[in-house]
Amino acid sequence: MSMIFTPTRRTFIKSAAALAGATALGGLGAGAAAAAGLTVGFIYVGPKDDFGYNQAHAEGAAAVKAMDGVTVIEEENVPETVDCQKTMESMINFDGATLLFPTSFGYFDPHILEVAAKQPDVRFQHAGGMWNADKHPKNVGSYFGYIGMGQYLNGIAAAHATKTRKIGFVAAKPIPQVLLNINSFLLGARSVDPEITCQVIFTGEWSLAVKEAEATNALADQGVDVITCHVDGPKVVIETAAGRGAFVCGYHADQTSLAPEKYLTGAEWNWAKVYTDMVKTTLDGGTIDNFVRGGLADGFIKMSPLGPAVPEAGRKQFEAVKAEILKGGFAAIKGPLKDNGGKVIAEAGQSFVETDVALESMDYLVEGVIGSLS
Amino acid sequence: MTLTSSLNAGPAPVAPAAGRGRSAGALDRRIEAFALPLGALVAGLAVFALFLMMVGKSPAEFYGLVFKAGFGTAFSWENTLARASPLLLAALCVAIPARLGLVVIGGEGAIVLGGVAAGAFGMYLTGLGSSMGILGMAVSAICVGGVWIGLVGALRYRRGVNETISSLLLAYIAIALMNHFVEGPLRDPASLNKPSTAPLEDAYRIGAMPGLDVHGGLAVGILACVFSWILIERTAWGFSARIVGGNIRAAQIQGLPVGWLMTGFCALAGGFAGLAGMLEVAAVHGSANGSLAGGYGYTGILIAFLARHNMLAIIPVAVLLAGFEASSGLIQRRMDLPDATILVLQGIVFISILISETFTGRLGLSTLWRKTS
Amino acid sequence: MSETDLGVWTVLIAMLGGAIRVSTPYIFVSLGECLTERSGRINLGLEGTLVFGAMSGYAIAYETGSAWAGVLAAALAGTLFGLFHGWVCKLPKVNDIAIGIALMLLGMGLAFFFGKPYIQPVAPDLPTIALGAWSSSPQVEAALRINVLFVVGIALAFFIAWMLRSTRIGLVIRVVGDSADAARAMGISVDRVRLLATAAGGALAGIGGAYLSLYYPGSWNEGVSSGQGLMAVALVIFARWSPVNCIWAALLFGAAGALGPALQSVGVSSGYYLSYAAPYVLTLILLIATSSTTRAVRGAPGELSITK
Repeated sequence: MSMIFTPTRRTFIKSAAALAGATALGGLGAGAAAAAGLTVGFIYVGPKDDFGYNQAHAEGAAAVKAMDGVTVIEEENVPETVDCQKTMESMINFDGATLLFPTSFGYFDPHILEVAAKQPDVRFQHAGGMWNADKHPKNVGSYFGYIGMGQYLNGIAAAHATKTRKIGFVAAKPIPQVLLNINSFLLGARSVDPEITCQVIFTGEWSLAVKEAEATNALADQGVDVITCHVDGPKVVIETAAGRGAFVCGYHADQTSLAPEKYLTGAEWNWAKVYTDMVKTTLDGGTIDNFVRGGLADGFIKMSPLGPAVPEAGRKQFEAVKAEILKGGFAAIKGPLKDNGGKVIAEAGQSFVETDVALESMDYLVEGVIGSLS
Repeated sequence: MTLTSSLNAGPAPVAPAAGRGRSAGALDRRIEAFALPLGALVAGLAVFALFLMMVGKSPAEFYGLVFKAGFGTAFSWENTLARASPLLLAALCVAIPARLGLVVIGGEGAIVLGGVAAGAFGMYLTGLGSSMGILGMAVSAICVGGVWIGLVGALRYRRGVNETISSLLLAYIAIALMNHFVEGPLRDPASLNKPSTAPLEDAYRIGAMPGLDVHGGLAVGILACVFSWILIERTAWGFSARIVGGNIRAAQIQGLPVGWLMTGFCALAGGFAGLAGMLEVAAVHGSANGSLAGGYGYTGILIAFLARHNMLAIIPVAVLLAGFEASSGLIQRRMDLPDATILVLQGIVFISILISETFTGRLGLSTLWRKTS
Repeated sequence: MSETDLGVWTVLIAMLGGAIRVSTPYIFVSLGECLTERSGRINLGLEGTLVFGAMSGYAIAYETGSAWAGVLAAALAGTLFGLFHGWVCKLPKVNDIAIGIALMLLGMGLAFFFGKPYIQPVAPDLPTIALGAWSSSPQVEAALRINVLFVVGIALAFFIAWMLRSTRIGLVIRVVGDSADAARAMGISVDRVRLLATAAGGALAGIGGAYLSLYYPGSWNEGVSSGQGLMAVALVIFARWSPVNCIWAALLFGAAGALGPALQSVGVSSGYYLSYAAPYVLTLILLIATSSTTRAVRGAPGELSITK
């Protein structure tokens, strides 16, 4: 939608394409256009205006687009099949892209790894993948943010808004990234009121509107009065929950405009900062680190402005804990803690700080979360 | 029998021309079989050009990009052929039952379950060596896919359950089963954020064909099309199947085992779809996971109908459609058109080709032929 | 009341609510398909019509600020798709099932093509009737918060049933559906009746789509339909081509769909993919149980290609 070509860019693309076309037969094509400036490609798994995962990345791409000497090319609705590999190669061969951001988690293995091995001169940056120096090519990098901290803060706001002491989570699949968010949401709430429980419903798909709406209704039927989610596009969950009179916490992007009265706050990605930094490094002739992580303090994630429904006491506590997290070294998962089957996760005194890589293979729901993993 | 008569509008199940040599009528039908779909394709492309002009885009630029990204460079061909590979087998899953008068639209189900079967085989039966491993994965995928679609044929014959609907329902159920297995009993604990079966060992992977950056599945797909063509057009079994498709009551009166033919050919069709799933696992993904539900089964429906259920025609049609899809990205990037543009193009071409069936036998080719020769 | 009793009741109430919320698109599409099939044609393309209806309904509702204008636009768009299907299928040798599949593709393609700018905006919702206001239980109240279109759909089912049974128009449709030759002998234009029946069916499918985008789940995106248009075709078969049975079939299917989330909400979350597949399994079992090769399917129009 937003790809409106300026005349200069069109000319550039044409000549780059001609060069790429001419050299593609020889198996090259990337290097040819590089001299004319940096071409950065963004690939999304869904529509880039979904109020969620893809929109967060597209907002980052829009910030890169505004930089000098950079051409941004984008493609949306690219499935995690051979299509994704060919899209990357097409961006390299036809547009001379030398820096790619294939943003969906499922693109990493095998698709990015496959293409990266064939295109050593192109840099591949992947959100969420666990790049490993022993196994993976040097022209691949992975980056991610400690967004669980954002869900922890969501939980604090939720605890101050709930009347029933039941909060709810609509989740796509029981994978570590999602489990960390669910657990952080509840632990944030329990840091305010230890009696609070969190009901989770898995929809099984990253994007499935009717099921998300049904899950939200099922939560509301249980008396849950604050709802958040981890699906690709939170629009349906937010609107349905607000329609049932529940408060909502956002995820991925800012959803305030969907339910201004009911929106408490939200955990958002701040890819604009991350992407402009990475592109700047590349423009300056540097190399992006292969393994990049960051949290609130690093500007990787941010919180939506607090909504009108959060009471004064809640605002104070929210800001205090946020300041604590900004200092670094904060741990949401700390002992004594059991999972919801009674197994000990952390002994008293033991804690997992936000940067702990162990959190990236989480396979439990903590005590107080109602739901199971299989 | 509106359905079966038009489904077999292509090569007729009865062969009166065989004894009399190549009569003008038979030749007409051959020319028509090429000219009609080709003309319809051109007409469809023209209608789509009008659509583009209506939304203020240049058809010339569009078709230029389709050619360039689909067929214009060596990379374009690799892109197109890589996308065509699973489509060949998916289309067979529609075309084969169609020759018996059955409209099976649930090939996607057999594809995903075939993939899961292959993934499970590779996970539990390790160390068999490359050829035995790949063969084992293929056989298990073919069996599972065959049972799945064979069930559709059996239900149709034994219980009169409409095969279009049952295959669709079974596809939904198959996708649920796949998700259940790869995220539950068959999940590799190390596949953290992308639940999958355990990665296949290297010996079980299928690599690129020599000299071409396209995996071996393409050759398998082409061989399967040729095999199916011979089976349907040149063997007694195929002849029986076509009689069932032409007139089921006549087939019963002739004493043909209609139930076995329906079940068997559906199972064969499902086996091919299952094989497509196995190839995705062994050549692309390296393990079975949710990405198996990539929609190839649904594109296969389109290809089979465009090829008028002729097994050999599936090859060029699949390549053409894969070329359209290969160009989708470049069109998004260069022309600021949404990805759904290719879907609109496919829809228009599909309708155009279906409408062209109405001109079968009405083009007056005989008279034209006599004048020119 | 013990803990388990409460769980069972919660699931049942949730299934009732789910049935009412989720069933409306199925009611409309299956009524439309029922009408079309009673005239002797099958339109498999209603999924495309539904998706296009969802998009056009949402777009018009957003542009005009009126949800009802959106419903009207969706009905109009559906009529056009139906007219096209009806017109093409009257050409000799053109297969109605294949045209349906093609129109499904085209409808979805056009909806996604023109729908991009409407993924973000928020359009007005359709109004609801609070039938559960008497109850002190918020669950019951929510379950009985009923959309106007649901009521319209049920009324329409009875109306169509009455029309088919007791009016001249209904008789004409039935005759055309049962025997084209008999209809021609009576001087009825078979093609025109089928054209109009398919157009009406398309209009209803369009309204079903508008319900999806304007009420539940209530927003437009490319995943708004999860195959409602296709499933409705299956529902018509086990509703035995009776409009009133279409309501029961749709409600049953909707309730089965609500089972998965409801079970998880009371803590039964193992194998959720399988409980999500419940509606499809149930439909398949019912289809197998009620089909037969030895006798003609009761209630099936004689001219219908899929039952021959």
